[in-house]
Amino acid sequence: MGRSILISSILHTLLIMITALSLPFLAKKPINLPPIVSIELIQITDKTNIPFAPKAKKIIEKVKEKEKKLVSEQAPPKKVKKIKPESIPMPDDKVKKVEEIKEDKQNPEKIDDEIKQVSEFEKKELIDPNNIAALIDKAKVENAKTTNKKDKITQDQQRSVENIGLSLSEEDALKAQIFGCWSIPLGLPYNENLLVRIKLELNPDGTVSQSEILDHARMNKPGQGFYKVLAESALRAIKLCQPLRVPTTGYERWKELQLNFDAREMLEG
Amino acid sequence: MKKFFYLILIFVIPIKAFALIEVDITRGNLNPLPIAVSPLSIDDNSKKNFEKILKKKNIGSEISSVVENNLKISGLFNPLNKDAFLQAPEIANLKPRFEDWNLIKAQALITGKVNYVDEKLRVEFRLWDVLAGKEMMALAFTTVPNNWRRVGHIITDKVYERLTGEKGYFDTRIIYVAEEGPKTKRIKKLAIMDQDGANNKFLTLGNELVLTPRFNPTSQMVTYLSYFRNLPRVYLLDIETGMQEVVGDFPGMTFAPRFSPDGKKIIMSFAKDGNSDIYTMDLENRIVEKITNHPSIDTSPSYSPDGKYICFNSDRSGYQQIYVMKSDGSNVKRISFGKGLYGTPVWSPRGDLIAFTKLHKGKFYIGVMRTDGSGERLLTENYYQEAPSWSPNGRVLIFYRETKTNDKGEGFSAKLWSIDLTGYNERLVKTPVDASDPSWSSLLSN
Repeated sequence: MGRSILISSILHTLLIMITALSLPFLAKKPINLPPIVSIELIQITDKTNIPFAPKAKKIIEKVKEKEKKLVSEQAPPKKVKKIKPESIPMPDDKVKKVEEIKEDKQNPEKIDDEIKQVSEFEKKELIDPNNIAALIDKAKVENAKTTNKKDKITQDQQRSVENIGLSLSEEDALKAQIFGCWSIPLGLPYNENLLVRIKLELNPDGTVSQSEILDHARMNKPGQGFYKVLAESALRAIKLCQPLRVPTTGYERWKELQLNFDAREMLEG
Repeated sequence: MKKFFYLILIFVIPIKAFALIEVDITRGNLNPLPIAVSPLSIDDNSKKNFEKILKKKNIGSEISSVVENNLKISGLFNPLNKDAFLQAPEIANLKPRFEDWNLIKAQALITGKVNYVDEKLRVEFRLWDVLAGKEMMALAFTTVPNNWRRVGHIITDKVYERLTGEKGYFDTRIIYVAEEGPKTKRIKKLAIMDQDGANNKFLTLGNELVLTPRFNPTSQMVTYLSYFRNLPRVYLLDIETGMQEVVGDFPGMTFAPRFSPDGKKIIMSFAKDGNSDIYTMDLENRIVEKITNHPSIDTSPSYSPDGKYICFNSDRSGYQQIYVMKSDGSNVKRISFGKGLYGTPVWSPRGDLIAFTKLHKGKFYIGVMRTDGSGERLLTENYYQEAPSWSPNGRVLIFYRETKTNDKGEGFSAKLWSIDLTGYNERLVKTPVDASDPSWSSLLSN
């Protein structure tokens, strides 16, 4: 009896000792996780608009470079065949070229026949009826690219990122870029609604794959001619600014973007 | 419980669906738009014919130069240097190679061609959006060859309207008083020219003193003041026919007759019984109506474009200030309250602003304010300048400025200047002799 009590107490003591010694080792394990400092920094920029401190900026740039390298290793960019620019026609070729172009949709010779010389000082609009439908379609949705290029690495990175809007600093960067590209038409009536909403579909590199004017019906309404001028100026600004200054990460967040161009503030002064 | 679950779903699902990021763009730049004006192409046969008629080597290039110059003086466009153009005019007109025009940073492109058809000039032009790679507008004009400069102006008007959203002001003329000789013996003639200074013509001989010519806003008629045997007379002059008629002789000091917006009345001020008031005269029945009745000096009346209001100048507060009243003379309200004296108010054709001359501390300013007197902005400052007149689209003002001709302050010279509403684009309008009292016509063609 006494022997068995002794064995039991020895074993219990041993068990307690093993537990006491092994538990701290188990607890230490999570501390040995890879460093998370850089991740912390990126998250801060996502949520504030405080400019980077010079040191932090360097670190972030290093991280970005690493990410870039990763992207290039795993998803090499597609090799696109260079299309030869149309060569400048030589004197001999000239006649042939002109004839070829004349057969194009916008054929001025066809239009010539439609114009009647009635008054002494006559003006006529040159419209190709075959082209109207195409023009309307083009104005509404412009497809710059049809390829569905998707970067796997960028998508993977986004799984951990919440589906939130752009941070203030990211939004400011984009705004500042577009401010520089947008030439506001000065003749717009500033007592009218001067808001043009454009929905963009972006590629990961910031280029625009599709743009759509959301209030497209307003373009053809009588008395709203200025709206067309405004919408076109906004589209020009987007084209001129390409690629847009979008964040390097979080493609899923900003792959669709709506830009609200409002000229009233500028025109009212 | 199930209902509660669906209720939650109703709230949650839309939030997920509308998670589109929106960015508000409320600012842009006001830099001139880079535009390429490709010379209008012309075939050899047409070239020879036009050379015979117009004595111009290449009428296509001449017309495009008119367009280019107009766009440049507007201050809103930056026409690019032709030396940088990569595509030949005749090919660019058929189908521009947008990459080439993009390369020289052009955002818009004008192409076109000129033909000689049945002894007439036929011009067609196209406006292209280089960035979008599409045609924005295409028009053709047929006219007599001598009208070639006007074709250039009309093209500019159309391009301007398409790209800025407001009507142009290039196919217009300016009437002014041409001045010659020393200040004590000044010869003053009526003269007219295109808005760019071309086609200058003198309309009177200079044996009578002429003052304050003003265009009718609806037609090519001009009213002006001339002294005949030391008495002021108001004349009407038809620019197209050259016909002139006397509207009436008026007593004492008569000032600045101006048309009503419909062109049926003339409004002016003159002194009767020693008191200067504002009167209108119906041009059909010649009935004169007194609009203001106040012991102070009321002058320089100008109608609002809808004809409902009149702005004028009065010293009824003790100093010369600008007032607005209804067109029947009721509801008089002072609108200028700044330091200094205000004069020559002119209502903008857009209806939103009133231009004026201001004298403060020995300097003259040309400025604009809203019709309620708020938002006063002084556009230009000098030692002597006055008489602003609006371009038909209400964006540019033309006025005259007197300056000393040498450093010692001797002699003087009067010239026409234009300035746009931004206040940055100030330009000298070239005239063959000295000039004052300009008035801008409405658009010759619509």
